[in-house]
Amino acid sequence: MHKRFLSLWFPFFATDRIVKHHPHLQDIPFVLSGPERGRTMIKAANKIANREGVFVGMVLADAQAILPQLHVLPEEPDATENVLNSLAQWCLRFTPIVAIEPPDGLLLDISGCPHLWGGEHPYLDDLMDRLHKGGYEVRAAIADTIGCAWAIARHGQHRIVVPTGAQEEALITLPPTALRLEPAVVERLHKLGFHTIGQFIHIAPGTLRRRFGSTFTARLGQALGTVFETLQPIQPLKSYQEHLPCLEPICTATGIKIALQRLLELLCNTLAKEGKGMRRGIFKGYRIDGNVQQISIGTSRASHSPTHLFRLFELQIPTIEPALGIELFVLEALLVEDINEAQETLWESRGDSTEIAELMDNIVAKIGINTIHRYLPAAHHWPERAIRDRISSDMHLQTTWPTQNLRPLHLLPHPEPIEVMVPLPDYPPILFRHRKKIYKLVKVDGPERIEQEWWITNGKPRDYYRVEDESGARYWLFRSGHYSDDSAPEWFIHGFFA
Amino acid sequence: MEGIAKKEIIKQLQEKILVLEGFKKAVSARNDLDFGLRAMEDAFPCRVFPTGVIHEFISPTAASATASNGFIAGLLSTLMKKEKPCLWVSSKRSLYPPALELFGIAPHQIIFVDVTGDKEALWVMEQSLNCRVLSAVVAELGDVSFAESQRLQLVVERSGVTGFIHRKRPRRVTPLACVSRWRIRHAMSYTPDNLPGVGHPVWEVHLEKIRNGKPGKWHWGWWGGQFVHLCPDKLSQSISPKRERYA
Repeated sequence: MHKRFLSLWFPFFATDRIVKHHPHLQDIPFVLSGPERGRTMIKAANKIANREGVFVGMVLADAQAILPQLHVLPEEPDATENVLNSLAQWCLRFTPIVAIEPPDGLLLDISGCPHLWGGEHPYLDDLMDRLHKGGYEVRAAIADTIGCAWAIARHGQHRIVVPTGAQEEALITLPPTALRLEPAVVERLHKLGFHTIGQFIHIAPGTLRRRFGSTFTARLGQALGTVFETLQPIQPLKSYQEHLPCLEPICTATGIKIALQRLLELLCNTLAKEGKGMRRGIFKGYRIDGNVQQISIGTSRASHSPTHLFRLFELQIPTIEPALGIELFVLEALLVEDINEAQETLWESRGDSTEIAELMDNIVAKIGINTIHRYLPAAHHWPERAIRDRISSDMHLQTTWPTQNLRPLHLLPHPEPIEVMVPLPDYPPILFRHRKKIYKLVKVDGPERIEQEWWITNGKPRDYYRVEDESGARYWLFRSGHYSDDSAPEWFIHGFFA
Repeated sequence: MEGIAKKEIIKQLQEKILVLEGFKKAVSARNDLDFGLRAMEDAFPCRVFPTGVIHEFISPTAASATASNGFIAGLLSTLMKKEKPCLWVSSKRSLYPPALELFGIAPHQIIFVDVTGDKEALWVMEQSLNCRVLSAVVAELGDVSFAESQRLQLVVERSGVTGFIHRKRPRRVTPLACVSRWRIRHAMSYTPDNLPGVGHPVWEVHLEKIRNGKPGKWHWGWWGGQFVHLCPDKLSQSISPKRERYA
């Protein structure tokens, strides 16, 4: 799925929070200070103070010299972080994936969310208006990558939506700090005359890596979207997992089965409540000696039936080696899908399709996936191509089964060569020899000519004969190719009629 | 009067015995399915082709295996009338699905399971016989032991699914716990009025063993979507065919 990220930046976060509690501070310059390396430094300054020339990172004494009426309050980093956390929680109404970027940023993975607001612009406007009403100065940007959104929010224009794939154009005018680089690297870049990203964006990555280290190229790649970057959501995505610690180490198969049953019941309960089912599951046993034993299953349809899933796991329980004993069991659903209550009729039948699906799962779990076949007709006359394997259960009959020509009940996988006696060219044989045995033919039907499909392969046509020998056994023989002067055609046996 | 009452009592007792022997379907669901095997009804217990049991077919050659599968397909066409799918387990399958259309079976309603050995085939068969929504299970395999066939018989007694064990080229013909043992051979095909060409399939059906029934030999043909019994006089015509002359 295509990813979109929204970066929020609160330039005056700490001071805005103080103003919310002390409204009288709104119109006077004030700063938050804290000790650093034996000096009192400014940790945050409000907008008015900024305008007067007081910035974060100055020594408090210097600032007071510039602006004598400056109001000074102690900084409270813990309280600020708490507020940022609760803001992130609040943002969950916009997207389920929100991450914190301390000290003053939020990152939202908004993939697939903005259409509920009617597009990215209305989405952004709504979010920003609400934050403004809450009393926060905020800057935001939407882009394809975390790095790009971050850079635009802090260093670019305000409230901007970078179109898909346009990271490069958006970034070239920004200063190198926008790439989340270490201060030393930024300083070196400026020293070398690189004042905007556009000046070095086209230099070969190898060259850049030699000069500025691999972190630098990684950051650049993250902003452009060539390097993958993940975020740490405040609310982890729900995993379907159950734990069962044991008082005594378990070493018997019976004990493992009981543990598995209990875990399955718990997990299936949760799945059933949410209308979901397991497609892939893994069952782990943590042994006392630190080893982890695991078995995994897959189902052909999402299922939350404990008995069915248990039967699938049960086949593999003998492969678990408990050794000295297992002290913790974990059951996790790796792949979960919605269960469609009104499933399509799987077998076009009145039979209960879930029971059959469960049976198929059992068979697949025991003897492998490529063992089950169902066939649909294919629009080919060539016998080997007249059927196709029905790969998924939702493939339906599009053409009817051909009935006009009789086909043998048994078809050999490969036609086997035979020797025949034919009274005259283009006549059916009167006897044939197959595997050193001679069959005298008394009844013959045919020929039925089947041509190779020239758009698939080239080859000789086949003339098929239905023949019956003296004992009544019926065969399907064919002559490959025509009679000609230079070579005799070959004969083959291809099947048996009932 | 007394005689009639006695007969009635004997009949009831016989049915009770049949139920105990695992012929549940034969007694309860009589006349439910019509296999069209009227001429050989006398051979079956209660004059009904037993369903919900295991039938054994033995075929020593590839040609007779085809004949057996043809006969099984004829039986399946009735069993599958309720539109339930059927499972076909085999280790070296050569069955060609489109041909089943001749026997009134929609080939896509059959689930083929290809296994590598007899043991796997038996495992799959036992699992699938447990599944009541299947109409029948056919297993093509080599050798089965008596104990293994007993397991299968126990399963069908619970679930009521009909099973067919088709033994191809078995090393030994050992007695099994199945209710019947059939040998199907090819017979000369039937053409009305001795027309030239290969006609409708005809099989020599030899019912070697049937529990509570009478074994026998019949000739059955298949056309028009049903079994057709061929009387010996009809056969005599087709059994001695004249070699067709060419040119």
